Amino acid sequence: MKENDQEVARAVGALLESQRVGVLGTFGAGSPYCSLVGFSFEPGYGRLYFATTRATRKFANLSETGRVALLVDNRGNREEDLHEASAVTAVGPVTELTGREKDRGAAVHLTRHPSLAGFLESPTTALLALDVERYFLVRRFQEVMVLEVKR
Amino acid sequence: MNLLIPFDRLSEEDRPRAGGKAWALSRLGREGFPVPRGAVVPVEAYRAYVGPTGLRERILLELNRKPFEAMRWEEMWDAALRIRNLFLKTPLPESLRAALFAEIEGLFGNRPVAVRSSAPGEDSAGASFAGLHESFLNVRGASAILERIRLVWASLWSDGALLYRQELKLDVSESAMAVVVQELAEGERSGVAFSKSPVEEDVSLVEAVWGLNQGLVDGTVAPDRWVLDRSSGTLFKHIEAERSEAVRLAPEGTRKEPLLPELRNRPPLEDGEVGRVWSLSMEAEKRFGCPQDVEWTFLGGRPFLLQARPVTAGAKGEPGSRAWNLSLRRSFENLKVLRERIEKRLIPALVKEARDLSGVDLDSLEDEELAKVLEIREEALARWTKVYWDEFIPFAHGARLFGQVYNDRMQPEDPFRFIDLLRPGRMIGTDRNARLEEAAERLRQDPALRSSVTAFRDGRDEGDAAVFLEKVSYELGKDTDLALSGQETRRRLAGFLLEMAARPSLPKRSGEAREDLERAFLDRFQGMERTFAEELLDLARASYRLRDEDNIHLGRLERLRNEARDERLRRSGSGNVLSGGEAARAESNPIPVRPRQMVGSPAGPGLARGRARVVRDRRDLLEFKAGEILVCDAIDPNMTFAVPLCAAIVERRGGMLVHGAIIAREYGLPCVTGVPDATERIQSGDTLTVDGYLGIVVVHDPE
Repeated sequence: MKENDQEVARAVGALLESQRVGVLGTFGAGSPYCSLVGFSFEPGYGRLYFATTRATRKFANLSETGRVALLVDNRGNREEDLHEASAVTAVGPVTELTGREKDRGAAVHLTRHPSLAGFLESPTTALLALDVERYFLVRRFQEVMVLEVKR
Repeated sequence: MNLLIPFDRLSEEDRPRAGGKAWALSRLGREGFPVPRGAVVPVEAYRAYVGPTGLRERILLELNRKPFEAMRWEEMWDAALRIRNLFLKTPLPESLRAALFAEIEGLFGNRPVAVRSSAPGEDSAGASFAGLHESFLNVRGASAILERIRLVWASLWSDGALLYRQELKLDVSESAMAVVVQELAEGERSGVAFSKSPVEEDVSLVEAVWGLNQGLVDGTVAPDRWVLDRSSGTLFKHIEAERSEAVRLAPEGTRKEPLLPELRNRPPLEDGEVGRVWSLSMEAEKRFGCPQDVEWTFLGGRPFLLQARPVTAGAKGEPGSRAWNLSLRRSFENLKVLRERIEKRLIPALVKEARDLSGVDLDSLEDEELAKVLEIREEALARWTKVYWDEFIPFAHGARLFGQVYNDRMQPEDPFRFIDLLRPGRMIGTDRNARLEEAAERLRQDPALRSSVTAFRDGRDEGDAAVFLEKVSYELGKDTDLALSGQETRRRLAGFLLEMAARPSLPKRSGEAREDLERAFLDRFQGMERTFAEELLDLARASYRLRDEDNIHLGRLERLRNEARDERLRRSGSGNVLSGGEAARAESNPIPVRPRQMVGSPAGPGLARGRARVVRDRRDLLEFKAGEILVCDAIDPNMTFAVPLCAAIVERRGGMLVHGAIIAREYGLPCVTGVPDATERIQSGDTLTVDGYLGIVVVHDPE
């Protein structure tokens, strides 16, 4: 990777590392929908995890389309955000985890969000994996770079 | 909030909010030095202006378009110009205005004052912002003073100040400015004194001019200079100036006037007075604990101190350095001298040298002779490139200086509107483009010729086409890169002309808008001011025009050097270096990171969508198809012949006066300059949307 490409990849990683909660975008029944979710990630940032109960609108939506977007940003709700804040949107297919994949994902997720232990154990909660196809990094108000995730 | 603090009420704790200059003046006053009465508008007032009006964030958005350290000086010029316009167009919040107005009126009434910057950190031992921020003399009345305060605030974001703060690694986002308002001491004689010379250890310096010292400080009036022994004050020597002018108060502001004949032969200071000024500077050094650079003026036989700051060492004039940039701030007078030099001496010499060097048949040379020719051409190119940076580029400041005057007077929505006023009737590049347009028009009119040229392009030689193309090449002139010998280049020229002919002829641009603008601008000036405005406009037009011509002439030297270099490479068997572009592109790997939106500076308003044509070499331009978007590293006037085919221009190099921006405005094309990595990130064939209003380039997903 060239230096300027590496810089983009580092910025994506740094943003994901710095935040704990993101905005999940789903689509269902003819309408878009957004929700706040706690997220975690595998080393290398190819796979992101989040959890939801199955009765939610977001779960219904993502079950319908099989795809989601997750926006992670560092805004501080200040005027300076316009030039200072950056955001990354991860896009890709989403799957509910089972078996050994679920054990692995739950371990990663709980390391980042220990307080979600009870929530994850509930039989009504689904642990989901977003296998990121690409990241969109937005900085400096208007600059947008696309990082393709290689598998 | 205390919005105006008199000097005698400032204390040590106030230093960060009052800035270095105000603090030094108040301390001098307290120590018993003669200092004109004054007060400071502290940084809180600045913050109360830029915060609630949203100006602060707009400034930071402007400066964060790209990493600050990646900005070229010319881009800083642009950003500074945009920011200055924001200040001009943003009124003070009413409550702040009313409060300041009352305090200023109460303290100064209608007495004439000086309004000067006093930035925190300014005039401290490590940093001297001398000359970087604006100051105004002879301002009367609270309304006028408030207006000047806004301009002093704006100068916090001047290109010079931005560069200097970048060099000192100061946090730009935290910058704030206090302003000194001080009663004007209308001195008969004025000057500066260094208790210790910035360049010589054991020496003090005193400089003096008749009248106000503004002329001395901005370099337009030469001072008498005295060199003294630093330890005893003994006079070593007196270097007399050629005294002919003095800066004095005008009804508003100041002006330069011819010196009365009886003063021309008299130094501004008598010997005894030199000693008094020197003593003042030494006394200031003693009080402040380090060598001082003071400004003074004689009023009623008594020297007053106008300013004191630590002596800082002078910077070297490397290209791109601060000192070099400061040289760009040459005053109008200096620019006039520079123009004379460039037009009368440098350009003719450059043209002659290129002509002299071109009369060599490279094919016929022995290897050693060829090496010698290459060496001579390399040397000439290097020498003229230096002249280009040292003299031509600083002269481009003439256009900027005009822009500033234009924007102050007209306060236009578009801070680059003034460029329309500078657009010339003709430029060399435009002439050549017009000849190409004529050739295309012939193809449009003559179907038989068109089919003959089409056949020629496709590899079937046709008599008519060969003659026609020969003639076009000849008319374009030997020095254009289009007019290369060889069948292949001729074929590419054929293809290019057919592309031009395939779209409708360009409408002739009317000069009407330019004349209206000129009239509207000049009508805002009366009397002497109008003469100055006319002279400045003339100078700015010369400055703008030379940006085109010097590039073309330098381009000739570059072409001569390249010819010799190519010939040598050819003989050493390294192959043709000129066709490297395509090969390099073909082997590029799939890139994991690709741009979606790239941000530069808006340099030509408009919106266009089309395929990218990344041009790395002038010859790539002959491949150009109508409606494509020209993406290049740095367009130069030798490349502009393809512009009539473009839908838009994207350039990596930034600035409003870079050639891409100028030529885009000429043709009314959307243009974005200063896009980092443009030619690396964008590939020929990518679909782009160029937003020339906002300075954004969108790279669309492959269809």
